[in-house]
Amino acid sequence: MTITAPRLGATSLLYESSKPRNIVNRGLTAVAAMFSLIAVLPLILVLIYVLIKGGASIHPRIFFELPPPPGLSEPKGMGNAIIGTIAVTAIGALVSIPVGIGGGIYLAEMGRTTKFADAVRFGVNVLSGVPSIICGLFVYALVVNTRVIFGESFTAVAGGISLAVLMLPTIIKTTDEGMKLVPHELRLAAYGVGASRFVTITRVVLPAAIAPIATGVVLAIARAAGETAPLIFTCLFSPFWPDWERGLGLLAPVATMSVQIYNFGVMPFETQRELAWAASFVLVVLILGANLLARWLARFTAR
Amino acid sequence: MLSTSEYLIPGSLTHRAPMTANNLINTCLSFDNVTISYGEFEAVKNVFIDIPRHQVTAFIGPSGCGKSTVLRCLNRMNDLIPSFSLRGRVTFEGQDLYAPEVDPVEVRRRIGMVFQKPNPFPKSIYENIAFGARINGFRGDMDELVETSLTKAAVWDECKDKLNENGLSLSGGQQQRLCIARAIAIEPEVILMDEPCSALDPISTLKIEETTHELKKSFTIVIVTHNMQQAVRVSDRTAFFNAEAVEGSDGKVGYLVEYNTTEKIFNRPQQRATQQYVTGQFG
Amino acid sequence: MGAGSGPARFTLRQKTPSERLVDQGFVHLTRLLASMVGVVLALIFLTVLLQSLFQGNLSDIFDAEHGIWHGVHSAANEDTLGLLWGALPEFGLSFLSHTRWDPVRDIYGAFPSIYGTLLTSLMALAIAVPIGVGTAVFLTEDYLPEKIRTVIGFMVELLAAIPSVVLGLWAFFIMEPFLRQVLFLPAHHLLGWIPFFSAVPTGPNTASAVMILVVMVLPIITAISRDSLNQLPIELRQGAYAVGTTRWGTVMQILVPAAISGIVGGTMLALGRALGETMAVTMIIGNSTNFNVSWFSPGGTIASLLANQFGEAEGMQVSALYYAALVLIVMTFLVNVAAQWIVRRLSLRYE
Repeated sequence: MTITAPRLGATSLLYESSKPRNIVNRGLTAVAAMFSLIAVLPLILVLIYVLIKGGASIHPRIFFELPPPPGLSEPKGMGNAIIGTIAVTAIGALVSIPVGIGGGIYLAEMGRTTKFADAVRFGVNVLSGVPSIICGLFVYALVVNTRVIFGESFTAVAGGISLAVLMLPTIIKTTDEGMKLVPHELRLAAYGVGASRFVTITRVVLPAAIAPIATGVVLAIARAAGETAPLIFTCLFSPFWPDWERGLGLLAPVATMSVQIYNFGVMPFETQRELAWAASFVLVVLILGANLLARWLARFTAR
Repeated sequence: MLSTSEYLIPGSLTHRAPMTANNLINTCLSFDNVTISYGEFEAVKNVFIDIPRHQVTAFIGPSGCGKSTVLRCLNRMNDLIPSFSLRGRVTFEGQDLYAPEVDPVEVRRRIGMVFQKPNPFPKSIYENIAFGARINGFRGDMDELVETSLTKAAVWDECKDKLNENGLSLSGGQQQRLCIARAIAIEPEVILMDEPCSALDPISTLKIEETTHELKKSFTIVIVTHNMQQAVRVSDRTAFFNAEAVEGSDGKVGYLVEYNTTEKIFNRPQQRATQQYVTGQFG
Repeated sequence: MGAGSGPARFTLRQKTPSERLVDQGFVHLTRLLASMVGVVLALIFLTVLLQSLFQGNLSDIFDAEHGIWHGVHSAANEDTLGLLWGALPEFGLSFLSHTRWDPVRDIYGAFPSIYGTLLTSLMALAIAVPIGVGTAVFLTEDYLPEKIRTVIGFMVELLAAIPSVVLGLWAFFIMEPFLRQVLFLPAHHLLGWIPFFSAVPTGPNTASAVMILVVMVLPIITAISRDSLNQLPIELRQGAYAVGTTRWGTVMQILVPAAISGIVGGTMLALGRALGETMAVTMIIGNSTNFNVSWFSPGGTIASLLANQFGEAEGMQVSALYYAALVLIVMTFLVNVAAQWIVRRLSLRYE
């Protein structure tokens, strides 16, 4: 190999648009831009349709009335489904948040590098990959069909349990990762003044990691509120108000907005379809709000 | 000791190094009143340097004086920073590098670069060399090119038996020499080195300095270093940069203090700041 | 108080027994909570396995009087009290290959559903991976100002948060009728001689399910690919530029190969999601248990079969559905394990 002396003007430094590599570059840029457009297009279309079609059916009365019997157009509401979604999601959150945060604390603080922790992390990944319909079938077999909850079969509680199974891996993972972000010096400082492990974790580390954990929990709840597959065989559906005498309505089948969309959406009745779009509207607004809240929380972490 | 009145005002035109006629003809790269800004803040201002062909030119100065920034102007690496902007003219063989019709890819094919941190591609050692050559349309014997490039970079003996191993499996010093080999494999006219030894042990540093001596026969080399001994050992000419605080902000702006032969910069500096710096009084 | 009385002012200089107890209890409690993950996983697997092995609900299976303890009978001797074998022992592996799903005669073969699951998921990936990776590249390059890219990234993430049932509703009323006119019908007219396009698209079909799956897995692939590309050191790009590589040369030959572990991991994760996706698919696929070669005729997946039939199933059909669920669990499990393995295996190389 001989390296020649400066090749003055050997090649021009100027941009030549007809060079193959420049043509390829422009082509690929155009393709990537088009792909990005395709990626955001569905969201825009879904949002537009849900907000227009659902928004048209939004009226204060839908929050206070029941859905009509098939074929009729009165009354026109979904108050029962809104209550149901809140109740079922709340049960799911109440079960999964303590378990998930506790488990996450174990992974991040107690057994960070133990074999057991690695196994749990593996299990968390597997559990988060379990299809949601399987969760429904599992809770159906374990809780609904065996009538272990006060002899009741389909209940809001069963629905809540299956949502809890879905939320659990997300909450464990965010707790684990959120607590790992807390600098180790902070723990040493707490131990340094003689704080016990319990005090260090609950009073120092957990508060320091609260923003990412809260972000994860908010997103998990938002996701659970829109879940349908685990609910159709666990809390079924009900066109009525919750029966307060059956465990405040929690020990009875209950309507939820997501199942309402599934049940009403494909019915041949206009009012039911409108209610399906209205429920979509409420759910989407709820989830948009939760995501914005999560972003706002995440900004706290950045500071 | 020079009297204060003899010192020139930093950043003014007058302290431009005197160039002989011969030097001017041999100018490869030149800065003509270059000011570099990031967003609204000026990072380096009013730089004038003519870099001669087939010599090693060193940029020295305290950290934050913008010497790396100036270096990166020469192959348009600063284009990667969104807020970057440049005033003045940077010319290469008479061509303004920042003219709108210039293709930065062409610029980088003729002005190679070695970075502060070794950055081999996550590919085999062989591919690390062959990749750039292939990109540049090399049509010769690739095996031979790989061998000569690695030999020139003084790393052939250490990796001739593991050419198919990942470039990242080498030690830091070997990785850096691999990066030098990668840079010379594409036969650029200029090689820019941005503190190539800052992350290396003394032995690797020595090897790279030897390599640099060897390379200047074929290439024009511009090297940024914060190690003054290194500048003395490898360079023919030296540019000393300094930084001053900007009033009303907590930022600093860099400027060229003095540019001359290395011998003069270190033995008979014209500027007090240069003298203080090369004698280790600050920096 | 003088300096000498120091110790007396700190009554807790020595750790009290109760404090130690709290500490130990806390460790055990968190370990217990962490192990809940394993307990739930084991329960899910065991429950589904038991239900596919035997007919009847779990309390019947373990009933003291006519549970599993009194022997298990096949459906032939129905006069005997006791437990009946379920779909797993009854149909064995032929369940996977038989194409007939007949609740009236109690004959169950899940091949059409398994085929539908794999077909829809793999086709969705084939479409979504190039789009997702392309979008990720576009979002990590500096074509657009940072702010606009952040907004696009956020919108893609939002798409992942839209409930599957809402997407299903949208797909049923808006997407499918639209695609039928602009894509499916022209494709049928043009390529109808190919078996895959042979049926006349008239409503919910397999192709629509593929499309809605693309919409659902796209955010996963985009987000994970973008994160892996963002995590690459800037030096890598500088190195590539310094040898005169063009922007797309850098992307295709340096950046994407270096980020491949994350991209493949994200793709596998997306595959797992697509295999188990239920609501949107159920609403748009047409729910046929017959085997159809054409993508324009109604089809089904395991998940849609479960969502569609489980509510009205009885006896052997319930067990057959649980058997199908077991197949789905195994499929998603394998994909998820493969994803984790790939991420770990490939990422070590590029450390």
